[in-house]
Amino acid sequence: MTGAAASARPLLLGVRHHGPGSARAVRAALEAARPRVVLIEGPPEGDALLPLAADEQMKPPVALLAHAVDDPGRAAFWPMAEFSPEWVAIRWALAHGVPARFIDLPAAHSLALTEPGTDEPPGSPAVDPIGVLAETAGYDDPEAWWEDVVEHRASGGGAGDPLAPFAVLAEAMTALREVYGDGGHPRDSVREAYMRIQLRAAHKEFGDGIAVVCGAWHVPALAAKTTLAADKALLKGVPKVRTELTWVPWTHRRLARHSGYGAGIESPGWYGHLFGAPDRPVERWMTKVAGLLRDEDRFISSAHVIEAVRLAGGLAAVRGRPLPGLTETTDAIRAVMCEGSDVPLALVRDRLVVGETLGEVPDSAPAVPLQRDLNRLQRTLRLKPEASERELELDLRKDTDAARSRLLHRLRLLDVSWGDRATGRGSTGTFRETWRLRWEPELHVRVAEAGVWGTTVLSAATAKAESEAASATALAEVTALAERCLLAELTDALPVVMTALADRAALDADVSHLAEALPALARSLRYGDVRATDTASLGAVAAGLAERICVGLPPACTGLDADGAEELRRRIDGVHTAIGLLSGAGDGDGADGDAAGSPDGLRERWAAVLHKLTARDTVVGVIRGRAARILLDDGRLTQDEAARLMGLALSSGTPPTEAAAWIEGFVGGAAGGGMLLVHDERLLSLIDAWLTGVRASAFTDVLPLLRRTFSAYEPGVRRTLGELVRRGPSPEGPHGGGAEASPSGFGPGIDESRADAVVPVLRLLLGLDTGPAPRTDHTDRPLGATA
Amino acid sequence: MTVSATTAVVANEALRPHAEDAFADELKALAAADDRPRPARWKLSPWAVSTYLLGGTLADGTVITPKYVGPRRLVEVAVTTLATDRALLLLGVPGTAKTWVSEHLAAAVSGDSTLLVQGTAGTPEEAVRYGWNYAQLLAHGPSRAALVPSPVMRAMSEGMTARVEELTRIPADVQDALITILSEKTLPVPELGQEVQAVRGFNLIATANDRDRGVNELSSALRRRFNTVVLPLPATPDDEVDIVSRRVDQIGSSLDLPAAPDGLVEIRRVVTVFRELRNGVTTDGRTKLKSPSGTLSTAEAISVVTNGLALAAHFGDGILRPGDVAAGILGAVVRDPAADRVVWQEYLETVVRERDGWKDFYRACREVSA
Repeated sequence: MTGAAASARPLLLGVRHHGPGSARAVRAALEAARPRVVLIEGPPEGDALLPLAADEQMKPPVALLAHAVDDPGRAAFWPMAEFSPEWVAIRWALAHGVPARFIDLPAAHSLALTEPGTDEPPGSPAVDPIGVLAETAGYDDPEAWWEDVVEHRASGGGAGDPLAPFAVLAEAMTALREVYGDGGHPRDSVREAYMRIQLRAAHKEFGDGIAVVCGAWHVPALAAKTTLAADKALLKGVPKVRTELTWVPWTHRRLARHSGYGAGIESPGWYGHLFGAPDRPVERWMTKVAGLLRDEDRFISSAHVIEAVRLAGGLAAVRGRPLPGLTETTDAIRAVMCEGSDVPLALVRDRLVVGETLGEVPDSAPAVPLQRDLNRLQRTLRLKPEASERELELDLRKDTDAARSRLLHRLRLLDVSWGDRATGRGSTGTFRETWRLRWEPELHVRVAEAGVWGTTVLSAATAKAESEAASATALAEVTALAERCLLAELTDALPVVMTALADRAALDADVSHLAEALPALARSLRYGDVRATDTASLGAVAAGLAERICVGLPPACTGLDADGAEELRRRIDGVHTAIGLLSGAGDGDGADGDAAGSPDGLRERWAAVLHKLTARDTVVGVIRGRAARILLDDGRLTQDEAARLMGLALSSGTPPTEAAAWIEGFVGGAAGGGMLLVHDERLLSLIDAWLTGVRASAFTDVLPLLRRTFSAYEPGVRRTLGELVRRGPSPEGPHGGGAEASPSGFGPGIDESRADAVVPVLRLLLGLDTGPAPRTDHTDRPLGATA
Repeated sequence: MTVSATTAVVANEALRPHAEDAFADELKALAAADDRPRPARWKLSPWAVSTYLLGGTLADGTVITPKYVGPRRLVEVAVTTLATDRALLLLGVPGTAKTWVSEHLAAAVSGDSTLLVQGTAGTPEEAVRYGWNYAQLLAHGPSRAALVPSPVMRAMSEGMTARVEELTRIPADVQDALITILSEKTLPVPELGQEVQAVRGFNLIATANDRDRGVNELSSALRRRFNTVVLPLPATPDDEVDIVSRRVDQIGSSLDLPAAPDGLVEIRRVVTVFRELRNGVTTDGRTKLKSPSGTLSTAEAISVVTNGLALAAHFGDGILRPGDVAAGILGAVVRDPAADRVVWQEYLETVVRERDGWKDFYRACREVSA
């Protein structure tokens, strides 16, 4: 009888990690063989945690996490989903009161063997055994072969011997290992030696009736006859670190990645479905897909489902497969339900094929390593978590303070708001930071939640930043994130964030978004300088952003309403400052003949764009005026030219609101514009000169426009302006000592003759008399008076 | 029938022979080698039809040339659809070989690709259902003999594959005539009190252009009768360069343009520009781009290069230079004067300018866009 034969020797159940068919087969085999102990490939330190698997709060997918005690960054995961054979074996053992044990090399050794930093999981054979078998069978896709030969067979043929598939698989693997040996993975021999030793120990303790659940690849090695001494010799001198283990929640999305058991799977959702569906998996799957698509407001009828099932069946027949697999069902869904489009299909892939299932772990599971890492950092940086609030001044030029700042910034990224940025007192230098610290008890919970992102503060913050960069929708979000990454010095996350930033910038059609993003980037570049981080990539992205703004700005400045124009004007100011900053920090690979790629080229280009703005009639007035002003300040526009533009903008052909907007843009609005005029003699004289030149007949048209701008100034400013103007330019003033020193300046005292000249206008305005017009060339500034 | 007899005579001298004539040898070899089950009235098994389209080598050494270069997956879905009773809708932008695939599918499945309805804005219902021979009708009254069957009706009665080209160009009321045919598999002839029932083996392949949408959008009732396969643009730059340069050679020789000695560089450049803008990402996958509103299909790349060759031959020194293609590219990319121009300028400034060896092209483009 097979049962007797199986119990005489250990029952070796070779599986594919996360294979639903394997899981079913394991369950059937365990039910049939009824072993007295179940040995499972996994770190033995996890034995103590096994009972937690039966806890009600425990919901797969979960992962067994092992980490080195003094270096939480060194960690390994053994993820398990509901359809993982290992999980099925654990649950079976717990349900039947049979002891379960992990028999793989202890994590203490495997972590010590793993070089810190390399992300090499403990068990990924360099040779893909299944790939080789599939190729031999004439399949180009190993997954498809395994599905056809093992998974589907195991779920379909219920009547057969539950142990038969394992025997066949063991045979095939033995043949493979004869050719490939350890498959280019020398550490496997150590692991297998350890497993054999454990097997012997179990045999001694329980006698016969041992079941082993391990990767199919290891089956031949476990069946091999070796001596205990030889195995012990292999294990001699294997390094060791102190480790701790715990259960952590896992997600289907992370299952899809290559980690832990080495077998990352593409389609956990599909496997979960195969494992969970009692019968007719394809029909049930199609119904699920139809439900999802209906929820997304696509019209999917039952007829669609029927046709999709038929097409999947037909495709399987054409491709010579016993049952439709994921490829066939996906093709059928695309052709029947999605009208050939990949867009809804992406949704199906995301929500169902991968799935959004999130595991849960009972509260009684040991603390996550992130907390440990945080404790360690708090010790080394002498930052005690205290419940009372206190203020902390950091001088970033000192190493400890810089490290403290980084830690606080990283924690903020992880939503552990231990410290809040406070506005520093006095000095606003970029090397100084003020924090308000307060440790609330619930922050422990936050740390535990953040544990899914990584095992150290650095790696967790990096992972979180990367994921945020990927999911951010607005450009400004990503820029802010980039800034935070720089502050937290997440150099590894920066490339990802930069790529996301460049992508969003490329696709964003709204120039004002780009313009909003640029100043923050330019600021970040400066922070980078203070903190001596490498900001070359940031500089490149910022320059690219500036280029896009230069291209897109002129068309974006037309047809705006007053609010929109005002907002864009502020943005243009920001961009102007930012481009000034960038020119200092740009990359130097502009060896082009046009010098277009160099920072100076960028500044030139920006100036050209501004010139274009000033000259284009369709551009709204505020922006035209502002552009002229920026150019004037930079010395790229001569006084004469500026005067000409001003005349053009304020002449009678221009609609009054446009003209008013222009002058507002040029001299600046209510906020600070007046003060600027008070202190900038050159600007004042320019306006003065222009105004003096306005003909009398046109003056009445211009007056309301000017009034509109100037009446918004504060009374004090208006008075000062009036005083300045009243005194007139210094050369003609009574105390005009340095007569020719400053032709545009305004001297003290009153120029009586010019003041007289304004009287007739005032009379005219006030309606005192309707006498003849005054001398046209001396219509002067009624500004102070009218305002 | 007499009609088919005359076509057969002409076939040898035809300017463009039908697929089943041009590849008669391959079809014969496939039929001989094919031992898999065939659906009713199919000349080949679904597997052999796939092989006919995708190419391969048979057990007896016969080489089957590939008719369609593209994903095997798509062809398998198309063939499997025909084997069920669902109709097949081939979608794609212009120039993705929809008609070509449809013709070869019909030739391989039914051995006859001529049961064709060309969809136009003026396609009448008679082209889909049946018409009358009015002389007969007047002389003898309504009878089967006076009935002029449409290609679809013939395909139904003989269990063949019918083809409808440019389905979305056909007016909606005429399109709807297909619904009964595809769902009930019957075509009533109320004048005679009869009906024509489709026999096993009948199916229908329609092609439609998914780029200029909304001409005569399919009703959802009709759409539901089709399985849809979207034919993609060429997958790799090399494929596309190959297709473009081959077509350009053919067109060039028929226009008697002198052969350009160094044209391949420019062809590759045109294809790169088109692909990058179309896909919204640069070839190195590092930079995302906005896509313009135009199709930028392979066919357009061909016309840009041909145009450039003509410029080079008649006004230049006979060598295809950046300046010769720049204007053509600008015309193809900038369809919408406002939005597309920004897209193009951004592309020029952020991608083209920095690329090694593209300086001449950058200058040429700046010149024409200024």
